[in-house]
Amino acid sequence: MDHWLNLTVLTFTPLVGALAVLTAGGGCARRARRLAMTVSLATLFECLMLWNRFDPMQGGLQWVERHAWIPSLGVNYFVGADGLSMLMLLLTTLVTPAAILAARSIQDKAALYFGLMLLLETGLLGAFTAMNFFHWFLFWELTLIPAFFLIKLWGGPQRAPAAMQFFVYTMVGSVTLLLAMLAIFRATGQFDFPELARLGRSGELYALVAMHLPTGNIPVPAVMLLLFGGVFLAFAIKTPILPFHTWLPAAYAEAPTSTTMLLTGVMSKLGVYGLLRLALPIFPNEVRSLSGLLLGLAVATVVISACTAFVQRDLKRLLGYSSINHLGYCVLGMVAAANATAQDAAHQAAALNGVLLQMFNHGITAATLFAAVGWLEQRSEGRRAVDDFGGLRRVAPVYAGLTGIAWFASLGLPGLNGFVGEFLVFKGVFGLAPWAAAASALGLLVTAVVILTVMQRVFHGPLNPAWEGLTDMTPAERLVFVPAAALMLLLGIWPVPVINLVNETILRLAAHLQI
Amino acid sequence: MLHWPLYITFLGLLLLLLLPSRAGAGAARIVALAVSLAGLLVGLMAALRFDPHAGMVTLVNAQWIQWPAFRFHLAADGITVVMVLLTGIAAVAGVLFSWNIEHRTREYFAFYLTLIGAVYGVFLSVDLFLLFVFYELAIVPKYFLIALWGSTRKTYGAMKLALYSFVGSAMVLIALLATYVMSGITAPSTNASAGAIASFNLLDLARHSFPHDFQLWAFPLMFVGFAILGGLWPFHSWAPTGHVAAPTAASMLLAGVIMKLGAYGALRVAMTLFPAGLIHWQMPLAWLAVIGIVYGALAALVQNDFKFVIGYSSVSHMGFVMLGLMTLTTVGLHGAILQMFSHGIIAGLLFGVVGRMVYDRAHTRELDALEGLKLARALPFAAFTFVVAGAASMGLPGFSGFVAELQVIIGAWKAFPAMTLVVGAGIIIGVAYTWRALHKAFFSDHNSSPPHHDALPPITWPEKAGAILLMLCTLAVGLYPRILLDWIIPALDSPLFAGLQKVIGP
Repeated sequence: MDHWLNLTVLTFTPLVGALAVLTAGGGCARRARRLAMTVSLATLFECLMLWNRFDPMQGGLQWVERHAWIPSLGVNYFVGADGLSMLMLLLTTLVTPAAILAARSIQDKAALYFGLMLLLETGLLGAFTAMNFFHWFLFWELTLIPAFFLIKLWGGPQRAPAAMQFFVYTMVGSVTLLLAMLAIFRATGQFDFPELARLGRSGELYALVAMHLPTGNIPVPAVMLLLFGGVFLAFAIKTPILPFHTWLPAAYAEAPTSTTMLLTGVMSKLGVYGLLRLALPIFPNEVRSLSGLLLGLAVATVVISACTAFVQRDLKRLLGYSSINHLGYCVLGMVAAANATAQDAAHQAAALNGVLLQMFNHGITAATLFAAVGWLEQRSEGRRAVDDFGGLRRVAPVYAGLTGIAWFASLGLPGLNGFVGEFLVFKGVFGLAPWAAAASALGLLVTAVVILTVMQRVFHGPLNPAWEGLTDMTPAERLVFVPAAALMLLLGIWPVPVINLVNETILRLAAHLQI
Repeated sequence: MLHWPLYITFLGLLLLLLLPSRAGAGAARIVALAVSLAGLLVGLMAALRFDPHAGMVTLVNAQWIQWPAFRFHLAADGITVVMVLLTGIAAVAGVLFSWNIEHRTREYFAFYLTLIGAVYGVFLSVDLFLLFVFYELAIVPKYFLIALWGSTRKTYGAMKLALYSFVGSAMVLIALLATYVMSGITAPSTNASAGAIASFNLLDLARHSFPHDFQLWAFPLMFVGFAILGGLWPFHSWAPTGHVAAPTAASMLLAGVIMKLGAYGALRVAMTLFPAGLIHWQMPLAWLAVIGIVYGALAALVQNDFKFVIGYSSVSHMGFVMLGLMTLTTVGLHGAILQMFSHGIIAGLLFGVVGRMVYDRAHTRELDALEGLKLARALPFAAFTFVVAGAASMGLPGFSGFVAELQVIIGAWKAFPAMTLVVGAGIIIGVAYTWRALHKAFFSDHNSSPPHHDALPPITWPEKAGAILLMLCTLAVGLYPRILLDWIIPALDSPLFAGLQKVIGP
């Protein structure tokens, strides 16, 4: 029980590392990067050790630490991890070293850059383990500052508006979330997530809101819908769900590649995580009563973003829209699962399992794809339009092969990791909301066309003479792609470790959501 | 011992005036720093020994004038402790940020210490006549600090500030005299047999239950009289002009502690004595607070003078104090008091960056002109400080402003749900103006004019020390607000606030 390694140690390891990088890494980009790499690998190692001790059959929160923080406000230092948290911790600690490894080109103010990357990792790890709203919100907002500066100081030509838009959008969501959660605190006197989820499920939350919030003439269900709207908006922006996505393409395209890897690989999961941890458990009735609208939003997200990706010329923007599309499946599966009865338990579990697998798989795949585009950008002096290349398979076979796996995984090819999650989501959603599944299938189709087109234009066809002298991947560069490709293959064939990890947690969540 | 900072400051003032005239500017600075540091440390030591559950503790109670009964009566509770600490911190930081004053240095610090001493006096007095004397005493040095050492339209700013202050004081004085007279007519509600004795003492007056009709006009007169200095909209307009015209340290003190004098008086005197009037005026005053939050933020969004951005942001943040007071909930009041402290620190930091680090080097505060200077590269420490101060100012968690505003909003949800939504809009505008200023002043990519920052002198050690002190304070309170809440929460339970407690909810 009292092992030295707990969630607090894990969360703050990168923070200590960030301070070390800032103090010791000044002036020398190589030293800063090596130090950051060491720290992120140490964090990964800690996370793997925790995973080794994780008991997947238990289902509830493990390694709980709970201390009073501000007693007068019900604020506790409260961390714990269930299967969902554990999966996200693994994803975070896997993507961060890969992103640092891919940040070779950062020479200017490198110590600051890597310090901010590690700070971002601490924010993410904290947000995935905090179980008290105040505590969680601290880390949720902590991720914003490093992400903002990573875009603003090292981004592409349009970085200033992109960073600003990213920040302001997220802050709008944060403020509505904060206001809604403070109203709920006013009514319940609680900030702890498990307790709020219990109140939400048992319906006591209604009674407490009716009793403690002076709502005037507005009926309580309407107030609850308003509060849910406030919470939902924050996560809809972060994930993002249409129509709150407009900050994303610019931010992903302008941010330096390694930052985008963290943004799409892990930070976008914060939105889905928030929906799973706060919105669904606390507001099961609101999700159910709005399920038509929410399913419609999810379908629109899936289909429209796939179509928008189709017309993009810039590969990074294309990947940005494709990222929206992939997370749309998560939203789809989640919303469908929230509107289930006990008879649908099998579909519900399938959909939620798919959601969690998809979160993890998309994190790995999308981060790898951005790294792949970043590689192209580096070799071609900053070009990254779909039509700039052609026939690269011939000059860079290793690159084409390794990243081809990622492209196919993103497409959802059976045998690779992307397939499993999407398959389970669709399997579940077909049982729960057939029309939504059918409509979303269009998104699958368009995504396949988009990705095949990209592969066709970039890797195949006649070799663009401009790139005849292109050198293939160096062994050092393969360090990012080989483990990623191996992981994609492995999870495509054998997804059992992930499913085992989260299954018990999902059954609990499914039971929580049933009427 | 908590009142020693008051004596130390005035003794220090005396020492400063007795310095031989050949002792140069350096000696004056060192004396001022030593005095304010001593005040802070003694205040801190006293605070650590202070029992927060003891209620209002009398520190000294001496005969001053026999009739009418003016007494030199100083007392403290948890709220006083927080305010004394704030004054101490702001005073030290202010001296550090005034290190480059070369013009009539000794006079400058003499006015400065007078101001600090008067502020300590207001926070510690429970004899309302004494409180009023200190309150007036604070106006004079303010005027001279701005008029002699200020910048943009300094005489206008100084005069405007003095006039607003005097109008507010006049309102307070009228209400105070009326209260004195009334206390001679109405018997204390707790001890009717004692008979009516006219008094200026807050502790005595709090036992009276004043007639409803009297409270209905006395409360707004006294509350607004104080709140003018607290930046209550629409009586706020002295604040931005005054802040802009003042030299850096005076801006820091104006926003940091002088505005708190107003809010403190409104709570300590007006709300404590007239709960019935408070209930009656709750709604209109809460609306003024909310309008102040949004109006201040909107005005800050369109300013081109960097210092005006900060000036209007103070109006917006003080709106949270006023709103917290008006929620009439314990959590809202805790938030309001915490916000007084928090804003004092954060505003000091912001003015320090703008007035001292940027303006004294770049000699311009126009955001459009600063855009070309690439200050993030020229002055990285200033940029870092402003990022921290800006994050704290926009209410990001981890900084003191978040915990304070969070409590105000929880209180507001109870009292006025509709207003809470407007406040939310105000917070978002707050994010927007802070990033706009940050972007334009430090991180702009705009390169219309070639950077010529070779001439910008580096940040000096006093600036760094002052900035680090303030940053540590906002971070410490933000991460562990119990260091202040453990004083604030019991203070509101003391018998002094018995009347107020009857009208406030949890």
